[in-house]
Amino acid sequence: MEKSRRSFILGSVRAAGIAALGGLVWSAYIDEVRANTLILRPPGALDEPDFLNACIKCGMCVEACPFDTLSLAKPGSNKPLGTPFFTPRDIPCYMCDDIPCVPVCPTGALDITKVTTDNKLDIDKSQMGAAIVDTKNCIAFWGIQCDACYRACPLMDEAIYLEYEKNKRTGKHAFLKPVVNTDICTGCGLCEHACVTKEAAIRVLPREVVLGEVGNHYIKGWDKKDESRLQNAEQIHTTTKISEQKPVDSLNDMGDLLNDF
Amino acid sequence: MISKIWSNYRFLIARRITQISIMLLYAAGNYLGWTFLQGNLSSSLLLNTVPLSDPYAVLQMFSAGAMISTNILIGALIITVFYALVGGRVFCSWVCPVNIITDSANYLRNKLGFNNVAKKQPASRNIRYWVLILSLILSYVLSITAFEFISPISITHRGIIFGLGMAWAAMLVIFLFDLFILKNGWCGHMCPLGGFYSLVGKKSLIRVDHNEQNCTACMECKVVCPESQVLFMVSKESMQVLGSECTNCGRCVEVCDDDALNFSIRNLIKDKKNEKNK
Repeated sequence: MEKSRRSFILGSVRAAGIAALGGLVWSAYIDEVRANTLILRPPGALDEPDFLNACIKCGMCVEACPFDTLSLAKPGSNKPLGTPFFTPRDIPCYMCDDIPCVPVCPTGALDITKVTTDNKLDIDKSQMGAAIVDTKNCIAFWGIQCDACYRACPLMDEAIYLEYEKNKRTGKHAFLKPVVNTDICTGCGLCEHACVTKEAAIRVLPREVVLGEVGNHYIKGWDKKDESRLQNAEQIHTTTKISEQKPVDSLNDMGDLLNDF
Repeated sequence: MISKIWSNYRFLIARRITQISIMLLYAAGNYLGWTFLQGNLSSSLLLNTVPLSDPYAVLQMFSAGAMISTNILIGALIITVFYALVGGRVFCSWVCPVNIITDSANYLRNKLGFNNVAKKQPASRNIRYWVLILSLILSYVLSITAFEFISPISITHRGIIFGLGMAWAAMLVIFLFDLFILKNGWCGHMCPLGGFYSLVGKKSLIRVDHNEQNCTACMECKVVCPESQVLFMVSKESMQVLGSECTNCGRCVEVCDDDALNFSIRNLIKDKKNEKNK
């Protein structure tokens, strides 16, 4: 009796230990693969955490893509296994009008409403990433004439436009500097694919990686739309030792200061 | 000779044919654009209309708090009903490509005589159920489909259908584990998907039936069976193999030269009688 109780306790403790060990290793591995944020997802993908638990890794989007842009992450790639991604320098997204990769998604991890305007598929609405220019290594910023990315852009003059500037070094030429409007850029990567430098000087990265966020402390006072952010603003009252009195009283209050003399 | 091969390997041959042709159909869906079967074993589309989804993956999604679309819900339901009827682990022995790896490891293990040396199995066959529970807990805690991110089953079928990459390493690990460490290690002890399908098929209809009168107690069936605990009644009692871990692979049926094991339909009425007698 005593022995069987002991062996039962030993067995349970052993099982609990193995389960804890396995669970820790398992979750550590998942945390590790999840930590890689430099992955470009197909159009219409949910935000990364939602995408990762909604994607069932069936590869229907991969099969639907006519350009072989998409592939499923394989073991050894340090990406969440089996999830679809693309590498624009190799094959960019060609922004098909009928977006074959999205409607085939069985789980809604690729959300059709994210690429729909007025009940019509609209690939221009997709936000796969955002392009960013390395102005040090972009030859257009050197003054050499190149507009490869600008011309490759399917939303030319909107997502990438050229800023003209006088080239003071030569005195008679112009800089044609590519500038990305990240509000419009879909992250298709055709610019990165077209870039002529050895390593692309314009790159597409996930939007959360590229974009900053102003927050509520700065408002474009000259922009009606931006100013509407103030509509529901509330004043914040903070009380400190000094603000117990009104400012003027606080300044005039000599307190015990004069007593020293 | 040929009739001997046929009678001793007919289910094995049929299983290999279904396993390989399902993989080929998926691969053709990817590489050639065939629409008979698209996707992979996690979720697929049959004939461009019928959705099919892995119910265990959907269960993990549910546990992770993902939104479940009607599409995969229907797909998972179809698969669940199918396996609940024909036998849960029919998936394991007739569809899953990992079965080919573990069967060959087991074959080699037998040929090399490892089983005579390591007679004792140091691990419980219930580990799979604990892994199943752990996977659902981790899915909930990490809000991610925990097993789908490490599943060697998915790695294998994705490797076959979408390109191998380093997937061969996962396949090799399973092969070596089954060969050197634990007999029927992956499929018979660890795999939570197998555990899940065991539970799904608890009341399934297609069952192997043992006829004790014909049995000569040669025990060939227990040697080939990957879940030999379900054959506890062999040479003792005439009854159906009702253990839910039976994969309906049919190996026992085909190696039996005495007509003591055959496929049958679960006898629901007799079941109740037996319970009453007890």
